[in-house]
Amino acid sequence: MYENISALISLLPFSWAQYAFMQNALLAVLAVVPLFSLLGAMVVNNQMAFFSDTLGHSALTGIAIGVIAGVQNPTWSMLIFAVFIAMVVTFIKERTGSSADTIIGAVSATAVALGIVILSKGGGFARYSRYLVGDLLSITPQEVSALGLVLLAVLVLWYIIFNQLLLLSINPSLAGSRGFKVKLVEACFAISLALVVTFTIQWIGILIINALLVLPAAAARNIAAGMRSYHLWAFLITAVCGVSGLILSYYWDTATGATIVLLAALCYIFTLMIRQPGR
Amino acid sequence: MKTVEPLQPCGSACGLCVTQISHFSVNIRGKCILDDINLQIHCGQLTALIGPNGAGKSTLFKAILGEIPHEGKLQFLDSEGNRSAKPRIGYVPQRLNFDVNSPITVGDLFTAALGQVPVFLGGSRRTLHNARLALSRVEAEHLINRRLGALSGGELQRILLALALEPVPDLLLLDEPISGVDFKGMQRFYRIVSELRQQYDLSVILVSHDLNAVADYADRVVLLNRVILCDGTPQEVMKHPLFEATLGRLEHFM
Repeated sequence: MYENISALISLLPFSWAQYAFMQNALLAVLAVVPLFSLLGAMVVNNQMAFFSDTLGHSALTGIAIGVIAGVQNPTWSMLIFAVFIAMVVTFIKERTGSSADTIIGAVSATAVALGIVILSKGGGFARYSRYLVGDLLSITPQEVSALGLVLLAVLVLWYIIFNQLLLLSINPSLAGSRGFKVKLVEACFAISLALVVTFTIQWIGILIINALLVLPAAAARNIAAGMRSYHLWAFLITAVCGVSGLILSYYWDTATGATIVLLAALCYIFTLMIRQPGR
Repeated sequence: MKTVEPLQPCGSACGLCVTQISHFSVNIRGKCILDDINLQIHCGQLTALIGPNGAGKSTLFKAILGEIPHEGKLQFLDSEGNRSAKPRIGYVPQRLNFDVNSPITVGDLFTAALGQVPVFLGGSRRTLHNARLALSRVEAEHLINRRLGALSGGELQRILLALALEPVPDLLLLDEPISGVDFKGMQRFYRIVSELRQQYDLSVILVSHDLNAVADYADRVVLLNRVILCDGTPQEVMKHPLFEATLGRLEHFM
């Protein structure tokens, strides 16, 4: 099946469409687009951009732990550590309320510093710099399929918890009074966000993953009239920026993730300018 | 005055169903916030909960909602005498936590609370129909496509009331906003609550900061400050010496 889709892409009348790495990358982008637009819309709506940023940064420590444990592929140690960080931050947020920003910032900085200290020991940090920038063109067909499964899981989860998540972001007590399992739903969101961010970080990059999550949704928010058009716009912006960013990065010979984010930033600035006054 | 004497039910209210709050105590980190609260709320009755800041009014609501651990029992007796430990509670929060630029509309809010189909897919037609019906109860049908951030304080409060009444609860908890609602909006809100209480036979507990409105609309006033200081009709409570000692003298009052 994967070969068939790749063959379909190679029928496109462009030179880049003939390369297997571009076919893989295009399919990866098509999986990342709905994934990130759904998660990003919720992150922006719940004012959790700082939280997702911390999740991205914690990946460094996750890699470092994997290195200490001596595993070849640090993905698992990254995933476990990111879930741990998500739970810690959720717990802190619940205990302290609104003043969580400083604590989240402290957790984020600690995670980055710890990761860099461990990874730079003996001068070998350059080996890990690919995690900072990300390399979408290195994605394998197996990884693209795994990404597809992650997308499917998030779609199912979102169908079940989205309404509860939205109401609890507006007022947790109100959600609780309607019998919603506030803490469970919050934990589901935090963990799924942690897993998605960490899983995709090797292709998108620690430095820009949060921008890819937040910018399209922030742009969509400037022009949306309701939750449905908000999600539609976030999806469209991510899709257009994702596909055109990939192709541009091929011709410009630039990092794919950063090129996509740059386009998303342009979208954000544009929507900010056309935003109707009084909104 | 300390004992809980049921007032005459008003209007069409049956007055037979009752919410019993017995021996509610809340301790948070060793500090006693509420101490042995006993209240019986009859349906059709509007009970106002007043008290100084930090008296435990919001904490009592959170305990009733089951959000924070507490001692004591909550029981609901319907008009046929059936007991239930989990009455259906409608809750109108004091404030919502959303950004004013947020693209959430009133319809989205109702879909999130009432519907099965996720809001990002637009919800179902039936849910939106129910939302319109609920909104018409509070004279707010026309607001369904407005963003929450574009509503006035009074409109938002009415919408939250409509949401709390869908489905019609056994007990309605109203946490009145401290600011942001003008006098006319407040009057309108109280009038609607008062009418709906009779129409749907609601038991209502209202945390209020507006003592004039309390005097006009409440059937009963409970003065709370960690314990129940006094409990009676508005006239009784406001003439009580503890009222002045707790909330100060109100010259312009009544």
